[in-house]
Amino acid sequence: MVQAQRDSAFVQFERVQKSYDGQTLVVKDLNLTVPKGEFLTMLGPSGSGKTTTLMMLAGFETATHGQIRLNGRNINDVPPHKRGIGMVFQNYALFPHMSVAENLAFPLDVRSLGKAEKEQKVKRALDMVQMGQFANRRPGQLSGGQQQRIALARALVFEPELVLMDEPLGALDKQLREHMQFEIKHIADSLGITVVYVTHDQTEALTMSDRVAVFNDGVIQQLAPPDELYEAPMNSFVARFIGENNTMTGVVTALDGSRCVVRLDSGDEIDAKPVNVAKVGERTKVSIRPERVETNKARLRPGAHTLTARVEEFIYMGDMFRTRLSVAGNSNFIMKTRNAPDQVRLEPGAEIEIGWLPEDCRALDAA
Amino acid sequence: MRITKLLGSAALALLPMAAPVLAQDAATELPPCDGCSDSMVIMSWGGAYQNSQLKAYVEPYQALTGITVTWDESSNEAIAKLRAAQEAGNMPYDLVDVEGPDSQRACDEGLAAEIDFDEALAPGSDGSSVEDDFGDSLINDCFVPQIYFSTTFGYRTDVAEWNGQTPDDICDIFDTATFPGKRSLQASPKKNLEWALVCDGVPADQVYDVLDTPEGVDRALAKLDTIKDDVIWWTAGAETPQLLADKEVVMGSTYNGRLFSVIAEEKQPVAMLWDYENFDFDGWIVPAGLDEARMNRVMHFLRFATDTQRLADQAKYIAYGPARASSQPLVSTHIDLGIEMAPFMPTNPDNMKNYLVNNIEWWSDHQDEVEAKFQAWLGQ
Amino acid sequence: MADATISGGLPQGRGAKTASPGGPMLAADGTPLRASLARSLRRQKMRALLLIAPLLLFILVTFVMPIGDMLFRSVENHIVADTLPRTVAALRDDPSEVPGEPVFRAMAEDLQVAVEEKTHTQLGTRLNYESSGMSSLLRGTGRDVKGMGEDVAKAVTGLDDAWEEPGTWVALLADPAWVQTQAEWAAADDKSPEPAFAASAAATERLPRTVEAYQAFAHVTQADDGDSVTEEEPWNLAYVALADDLRADPGAAEAFEGDNRARLDALSAAVADGTVPAVSYRDMFVESDDAWGEPGTWSVLRTFSSRFTPGYYLNAVDLKLGPNGIEMREPKDRIYLQLFVRTLVMSLVITGTCILLGYPIAFLLANLPERTANLLMILVLLPFWTSLLVRTSAWKVLLQQQGVINDILVWLGIVGDGNRLALINNQTGTIIAMTHILLPFMILPLYSVMKGIPKSYVRAAKSLGANDWTAFWRVYFPQSVPGIGAGSILCFILAIGYYITPELVGGTKGVFISNRIAYHISDSLNWGLAAALGTILLAVVMLLYWAYDRLVGIDNVKLGG
Repeated sequence: MVQAQRDSAFVQFERVQKSYDGQTLVVKDLNLTVPKGEFLTMLGPSGSGKTTTLMMLAGFETATHGQIRLNGRNINDVPPHKRGIGMVFQNYALFPHMSVAENLAFPLDVRSLGKAEKEQKVKRALDMVQMGQFANRRPGQLSGGQQQRIALARALVFEPELVLMDEPLGALDKQLREHMQFEIKHIADSLGITVVYVTHDQTEALTMSDRVAVFNDGVIQQLAPPDELYEAPMNSFVARFIGENNTMTGVVTALDGSRCVVRLDSGDEIDAKPVNVAKVGERTKVSIRPERVETNKARLRPGAHTLTARVEEFIYMGDMFRTRLSVAGNSNFIMKTRNAPDQVRLEPGAEIEIGWLPEDCRALDAA
Repeated sequence: MRITKLLGSAALALLPMAAPVLAQDAATELPPCDGCSDSMVIMSWGGAYQNSQLKAYVEPYQALTGITVTWDESSNEAIAKLRAAQEAGNMPYDLVDVEGPDSQRACDEGLAAEIDFDEALAPGSDGSSVEDDFGDSLINDCFVPQIYFSTTFGYRTDVAEWNGQTPDDICDIFDTATFPGKRSLQASPKKNLEWALVCDGVPADQVYDVLDTPEGVDRALAKLDTIKDDVIWWTAGAETPQLLADKEVVMGSTYNGRLFSVIAEEKQPVAMLWDYENFDFDGWIVPAGLDEARMNRVMHFLRFATDTQRLADQAKYIAYGPARASSQPLVSTHIDLGIEMAPFMPTNPDNMKNYLVNNIEWWSDHQDEVEAKFQAWLGQ
Repeated sequence: MADATISGGLPQGRGAKTASPGGPMLAADGTPLRASLARSLRRQKMRALLLIAPLLLFILVTFVMPIGDMLFRSVENHIVADTLPRTVAALRDDPSEVPGEPVFRAMAEDLQVAVEEKTHTQLGTRLNYESSGMSSLLRGTGRDVKGMGEDVAKAVTGLDDAWEEPGTWVALLADPAWVQTQAEWAAADDKSPEPAFAASAAATERLPRTVEAYQAFAHVTQADDGDSVTEEEPWNLAYVALADDLRADPGAAEAFEGDNRARLDALSAAVADGTVPAVSYRDMFVESDDAWGEPGTWSVLRTFSSRFTPGYYLNAVDLKLGPNGIEMREPKDRIYLQLFVRTLVMSLVITGTCILLGYPIAFLLANLPERTANLLMILVLLPFWTSLLVRTSAWKVLLQQQGVINDILVWLGIVGDGNRLALINNQTGTIIAMTHILLPFMILPLYSVMKGIPKSYVRAAKSLGANDWTAFWRVYFPQSVPGIGAGSILCFILAIGYYITPELVGGTKGVFISNRIAYHISDSLNWGLAAALGTILLAVVMLLYWAYDRLVGIDNVKLGG
């Protein structure tokens, strides 16, 4: 992968808006740049605008306003079949009346390729997804996972530079899904193609992507690599949507560059990292990942605020313990601890002290 | 021919003084009906004809006896229904109105009961016997006649291309030079073949002799060939009046009662051509195998419904001639329109200068063969 | 089924509840597993059977039985053998073109019985289907048959008044045992029918024809009329038979005693000296109608004397059974083959126009938002909701030469006033009207199949580089073919059997074979021919269905997505 290519703007959305009914916007003022070779995932709940964005890129929906550029060219008025974009659909959309080989040959047929070249490309694509021996089957005779591979092969067989995937793994069971996630990522990387991937499954997004665009309400909430998204959500929606999170609301009482003190609604004071707060007295929602909650005072900084928590429930999960606590009026506060030899099992009703490093507790917008 | 006697009686009908008021209170004459069922199912044609039956004798009979009458309007497939009912062993009909040829078939097939006319029917009001009064209309042992009807032609009186001429000869049907325009004819060989032969020079009384020869039907079809392109073929009696009214045809054959409606009731510019009109009969048959109570009721009704006065009454509602000679003098005016019915009657001597009588015997023998030939000809 | 389940599902010796190795597997309660399974399955089967029983019964009564009846009627021909049993038997022994005296005698007896039972006219109707004139021949001779042999009867009774007495005949011919039972029956007076007449051995031996003729008379008198032979004078034919017997066997009287012997002796003498004239049955028949002396009449009787006949089928395909076997009808009389072909061709055309008109509409409906589609669907279904009469009137108003369409075309100057188009009362009229009626049957299955084709297929095709047409033709259309198949089968089969609409708007060249079937059902009453035509139509439809299955595959037919 060439770094120079990555930086160039391969796909570009510029001030794109979409409305179906002329009253409400499904996509609001979207600006997004995807460099060549990137695996970009659009993640969000249903109705957030991610699929509409994908369909506009594919050409099946027209943008109400703004420009979509592919490789520097405005493609707003280019019909889908001339965009040269590969696409994998949610239910694969394999043509049921054609064999697997015919399905794969279809994009080559319409491009009037020679017979030999066609056969060779079909074979290579099938081998790539390890489906060589299924060439003469009908899609209906294949399992879901096999159909998925064929759909992938068909989207790639005509060697597009950009491949769109619309929740391609949604219909598979968990184990197969995880396997295919890895495989798709591997193939995309090895071919060096640009992928725009739509899913509502955050794990999938985190596992596969170079960058993730979190959609909500027609707006990209945060566009960042997976780790950053998880570790440093920029707002409370992203924090809530990505991974598990404990949230508490309060008011900022002290603010000092990289640290602030928040007085919770229960009256307790805690340390936090100001992310989305500007001044003292502002209401905020603080967010702490369950695995960053600390019971061992030795690991906390001296003078750090701690809270008293009552154990409500203790769940043994094998590699982890999951403890539900009542903290500062929030009886749904989750703490995850690693199953280590020194770790004690907490009994319901026990009172413990908990705390965290200030940088693990992010003070976000109050929404 | 018994029709000649009818002529005389019908002529009387035209004289005002010869329309004696014979209407009497039938109640005093209607004998009690012992061991009779108290309802009847009557199959008839529906429409204006059934209405004339209802008004002329069914309603009066009901008023006198209080029985209930149910109508079944399927006389156009009467024989098929009777046969199906007989095969099923359940005869729903007590009395069935059919045309003459159908009565012959019902009689032949054993579907209709044979009737002793002298015993079952009332003698004529003029004292004539049943046999004399009904005359030729007693075509077989099962058929109790009601009316004469004729199939004849109506034509539009406003056809510009005819230059003021109007058809007055049956053969004008075949004269497309003088009378251009579409004609409607029944999609059936019956009547059409006879007309074709008459216009091909066969004397009317030899028509069936010619048809009986191997070339006869072909000769008639060859004559019809001369106008085949100008013909719209009808299957239901209501079609010709409609086609005339819509100007789709300039002339067409239908039952004379239908033409009466077009002319007198709908006031269309249509007139009737009375030349070699084809006579036929319509009347009652009684299904074979009715139980005693039903049979008694039907016979009681028939005696009333076919007496001289009742048949004459029917002509107040529809332009068909009563089957009894003794009824002819009683024919008067239309009940609603008040117009004299005689000019529209097939039995009016002015309308009977030339006429044909449907030969039921010949047709019952040759219907199938000729029909097939005719259909093949139509389809060519 | 049960076997397969057990041997396949539970290998021998490894089942959970097995008994001795190799023996039958046992259920928990010790009964053999197989029996136990069968019992539990039987209950399920019974319940399933009960659930479908009403439908099964309904189909049996309304579908299977009528079709069976139709098949039977199309070959059934009992009436000749039932009405003329003696004639049919006698004809078998007499191969000559115009048969001899025995056949005529048998015919006289059969006809006499048939006239009494009023079945001769039905026979006439039946035979008239095969040869015109049979109807009036049988009706006419039926009227005359009663008078046949009247000369002989008069001569015999003139000889001795006693021959007019029913009792004379009974005394001469009856078996003494029968006389005994008859007397007991008469004494009982219980309204039961008279015991069937039985002839004495002597009479049967010496006066065979007389006994035969008398027994025919006795059967009609007793069984049909419910009268007693002791009170009815026999038919003239019995007198003729008696005279014939005595002519053949002048000494027959010797087998009898008393009055019988004396009367027979006297009669025998009268026969011998010609006082009682000899008559020929054949002459009597020919006198009634010349047709009886013609080979054609007897050829028809001979040909249709068997109890089953291919005649209706031959007739239905313009063939006939002539003296030299099966032959084509005269070209002028051929009608049915042409009608079959026309019916098939026009039904195909109608199906074709339904596809052409219905496909775009179904496509539009399937791709519109639900609410708009439902509204338009109501318009599509509108023909279903209007009565046939209303529609027919509408077609006439629209299509006739002075009708709306022609008026508009003339007004627009597209056609001249003198050249108005003939859109009704011909094949065009039938095609237009039938397409109108059958269109919903094409649109509905197409719509539901198209509804079931996900939009993603066409999108996938486009994303793979196909333009609109290629995406439609190579991806969408093949998937809508099952809808076309279902719609076509519906339209075609409905069209092939339609007769009301062609009758109303088809004129003479736009009518179908079904119109002829209807004609034979309700007008000509030739139900046998109607059944044969119907059966052929059914066979043609099944043949086409089979061909369709072979060519397209019946799995490729869907009524819904």
